Amino acid sequence: MNYIIIGNSAAAVGGVEGIRQIDKEGSITIISEEPYCTYSRPLISYFLAGALNEDKMLYRDTDFYKTNGVNLLLGTKALSVDTENNWVTLAGGETIGYDKLLIATGGKPFMPPMIGSDKKGVYTFIKRDDAERLKAIAKPGSKAVVIGGGLIGLKAAEGLVKCGVDVTVIELANRILSTILDDQAAAIVQGVLEEHDIKVILNNTVSEALGSDKVTGVLLKDGTQIACDMVVTAIGVRPNTDIVCGTVINVNRGIVVDGHMRTNIDNIYAAGDVAEAYDIVYEDMRVTPIWPNAYMQGEVAGRNMAGDSAIFDAGFARNSISFFGLPMITAGIIKPIGAEYEVLSMTIPDKKIYKKAVIKDNKLVGFIRLTDIDRAGILTGLIKNKADVSAFKDKLLNDDFGFVYMPKKQRKEKLLGVKRI
Amino acid sequence: MISYILPEFLVLRDENRCIQCEVCVRQCANDVHYLDTKDGKVKSDDAKCVNCQRCVTFCPTHALTIIQNPQEFKANANWTKKAITEVQRQAETGAVLLTGMGNPEAYTVYWDKLVLNASQVTNPSIDPLREPMELKTYLGRKPDMLEFDKDGKLLTKLTPQLVLNAPIMFSAMSFGSVSLNTCESLARAATELGIYYNTGEGGLHSSLYRYGKNTIAQVASGRFGVNPDYLNAAAALEIKIGQGAKPGIGGHLPGEKVKAEVAATRMIPEGSDAISPAPHHDIYSIEDLRQLIYALKEATDYTKPVSVKIAAVNNVAAIASGIARAGADIIAIDGFRGGTGAAPLRIRDNVGIPIEMAIAAVDTRLKEEGIRHQVSLVAAGSIRNSADIVKAIALGADAVYIATSALIAIGCHMCQKCNTGKCNWGIATQDPQLVKRLNPNIGARRLVNLITAWEHEIKEILGGMGINSIESLRGNREMLRGVGLTQKELDILGIKAAGE
Amino acid sequence: MKRVYALEEYCVGCRLCEINCVVAHSQSKDIIWAFKNEEARPLPGILVEEMKPVSFGLQCRHCDDAPCVKSCITGAMHKDERGAVVCDTEKCVGCWTCIMACPYGAIKRNESNTKVISKCDLCPDLAQPACVTNCPNEALIYVDRR
Repeated sequence: MNYIIIGNSAAAVGGVEGIRQIDKEGSITIISEEPYCTYSRPLISYFLAGALNEDKMLYRDTDFYKTNGVNLLLGTKALSVDTENNWVTLAGGETIGYDKLLIATGGKPFMPPMIGSDKKGVYTFIKRDDAERLKAIAKPGSKAVVIGGGLIGLKAAEGLVKCGVDVTVIELANRILSTILDDQAAAIVQGVLEEHDIKVILNNTVSEALGSDKVTGVLLKDGTQIACDMVVTAIGVRPNTDIVCGTVINVNRGIVVDGHMRTNIDNIYAAGDVAEAYDIVYEDMRVTPIWPNAYMQGEVAGRNMAGDSAIFDAGFARNSISFFGLPMITAGIIKPIGAEYEVLSMTIPDKKIYKKAVIKDNKLVGFIRLTDIDRAGILTGLIKNKADVSAFKDKLLNDDFGFVYMPKKQRKEKLLGVKRI
Repeated sequence: MISYILPEFLVLRDENRCIQCEVCVRQCANDVHYLDTKDGKVKSDDAKCVNCQRCVTFCPTHALTIIQNPQEFKANANWTKKAITEVQRQAETGAVLLTGMGNPEAYTVYWDKLVLNASQVTNPSIDPLREPMELKTYLGRKPDMLEFDKDGKLLTKLTPQLVLNAPIMFSAMSFGSVSLNTCESLARAATELGIYYNTGEGGLHSSLYRYGKNTIAQVASGRFGVNPDYLNAAAALEIKIGQGAKPGIGGHLPGEKVKAEVAATRMIPEGSDAISPAPHHDIYSIEDLRQLIYALKEATDYTKPVSVKIAAVNNVAAIASGIARAGADIIAIDGFRGGTGAAPLRIRDNVGIPIEMAIAAVDTRLKEEGIRHQVSLVAAGSIRNSADIVKAIALGADAVYIATSALIAIGCHMCQKCNTGKCNWGIATQDPQLVKRLNPNIGARRLVNLITAWEHEIKEILGGMGINSIESLRGNREMLRGVGLTQKELDILGIKAAGE
Repeated sequence: MKRVYALEEYCVGCRLCEINCVVAHSQSKDIIWAFKNEEARPLPGILVEEMKPVSFGLQCRHCDDAPCVKSCITGAMHKDERGAVVCDTEKCVGCWTCIMACPYGAIKRNESNTKVISKCDLCPDLAQPACVTNCPNEALIYVDRR
């Protein structure tokens, strides 16, 4: 059996490990555009902030490929897929044939519609190379404007501040981290950013990067000008679906897959940030560009390519992130609209604690835990298992929320795996 | 108004060993230990300590010791600290002094004044590891004589017998005075050992019916939990007339201990005090007792032995004779050292007679009247070890009932506060937080260990006497000698003095 | 693979399991020294949940399909030869993604030194986990329930 995986990040590694759980013999080839052994993209923030150096960004040991019998093609771009003849065409012109193909090409940065985005000094913050570029020019005294107050933008901002850079963040929405926090929680986090000298401008965006060939400042939508030496665009990622352009592979926002991670073509799978799959909380098809999601989808795809019929049933947004030591864990629907949702929340402002639980049809569908993140995974589990929380929903925000609050039968099923008491 | 009562015990904490882990804080049901948040140190309020030693046992660094409060009154052999403190307590409360477990006063322990024989030269010792040693005991009425037909087949109808692998049974401890886990431990151990346990007057909880074959169901004056299923579930029935700890008065279970399960099993409302009247109000004469004995036999189709339990009091021999003639198959006699979950202190410590004397007197009287075979005698009231058992049987008992030693085996530390319902070891309590502490897996195992050890010791002692069957020991006064006893005591016990 | 299971019927909430876990993972393995003198005392891998009269110990279930292993962004969280889930704290960056992933809430933050996670490692150096051996009421059992 001949497996090809396009990509070398979380979903690809998941794919390799998934295949090898079932098929120890088949040949696996990884086509990696980047010239690096698999590394963890989330770790580039730690690298920029000086918390670790290059060799600590690896996601697996360097002997991972040898141990798993993977033929690794680094620095090789895959251009197109021929679904009729089952081969992949590489940038150099050669073709490689496959029996099963996993497309794990991830995401590419979404470029804002601003004038001057091609000037020198405008950076993205997705890949390792992006971080190395930024780190090289991030010196005390320089000024940066970060476009986008989401996860990536704020991580870039934090890293730059730790390098001594003066940072201003421009966010289009009415709050930072709008995909994972509601207004109250976002306000608390913004306060912490501002304590660390990050300037935050909400409800605005950059219309033009100013300067001749090198950026010297930005012009905002409302006419404000801000001087700066560098601009980091971080308004989001889109699935990197270029490879399937012109093929019959079904693409919506991302490459559409079923519960087995299979595309509409029988022997072609997709996983990770490039894939559009079923979200169990929103109950529709979404792209969920989250590291755990990518790995798990890749693993399911790998197993199924090797003959299993595994189902991926844990597709929903969930994030663990922290800024300047302020941790937060969020999942699912955090700003519900509609009467069918029940919302519980509590806050202890001087401790920067904020907790929220969103319930629909007696099931937990979302939560926010700011500062007090202990055991938040129990709530993640309740979402994933679609557990009935009616018996203990008033305890969900407790400091000591745990299995002890569940009815005995429910608790024993979860902890002991027994169906009777 | 300040209390004159000083703490009975002092808690000594070795600060070099204490790691402030708070295990003692969590385990004390009397809230003696607490964490002082001002300095992060664990401290103790001595006044509440009952010396149950739960904290001492659980402390992972053995940092705790409980001692008697060394505070003394002026030396007085008559007005002892105890006598003074009891007056003070009653002056403060106006209440009857209540207590738990058995009489702790310094009356003579007659077991310790009896010594046993051993074989030397003639009638050689038997090695129990090499030769069969029979401890099997049958409790019940034995026939006057046996009739066989010409082919040797037995014609005489035998009355129902309890068959014990060893002459030891677990005595009556009611569900309510003790926890369900305690009852479960006793029931399981009895089943595994091939002996019996007694339900006491609390009835039989539904979850324990499966141990019915090893259960003696008690019918006490309150008739708690008595219904046809209860009677038929058990292997034998016992009419409780009295118990050694409180002869003449009935049982008392405070309402706080009558939780849902206890109430359901006793067939009374939850939270109500469960008071057993002093007499059975339908037994005012020996004829009435005979009527009840036969009513129970009728209800169970004459398939189960009926026992009658009495406290050892003056004239116990005459009483026993009457009970035997009333049709009882077994008479259980409970001496004045017997334990209890709750009793007035004065009655526990002053009423009743020693079981050693009682058994000897009853055995002698029944033999004199030629009716000894009509009943089996069970001795109770502080059997502390295997030597006590051997002596009890030599004095005339067929078997013994043990209770205090069984509870000590599973965790009781004799703090004597059973009546408060705050037993730290999960035994004499219904508080669900405390009841958990007795794991029946562990409880049953420890009871089996104890009885198994005692069985080995009894076999060794019998072997040493040159006896290979418990039957040869029963009532065999010749195997006993008295040490430091008066002639009158020797006469009542029916034994010779050492040297004779 | 044997795992530790808690029997809530017998747990008395003493937390000796937590204490013995700390001692077993301390430097000195001496309870008094570990609690009085060791600077960076380890966190217990087992946590006793309590709402009287119910209590029980809960630690990492060492799941066959461990979500923490699949979610870990550095590859620090992995399965060892026994099949137990363990964390290579050299690689751990304290991102707390595993805390988000663990449906049992069995992973703790250890911020005493560097920011890393702390959890049950199924006592690799002992014949039986320290919590099981030292539970005074046999409320923890170590069995293979497959």
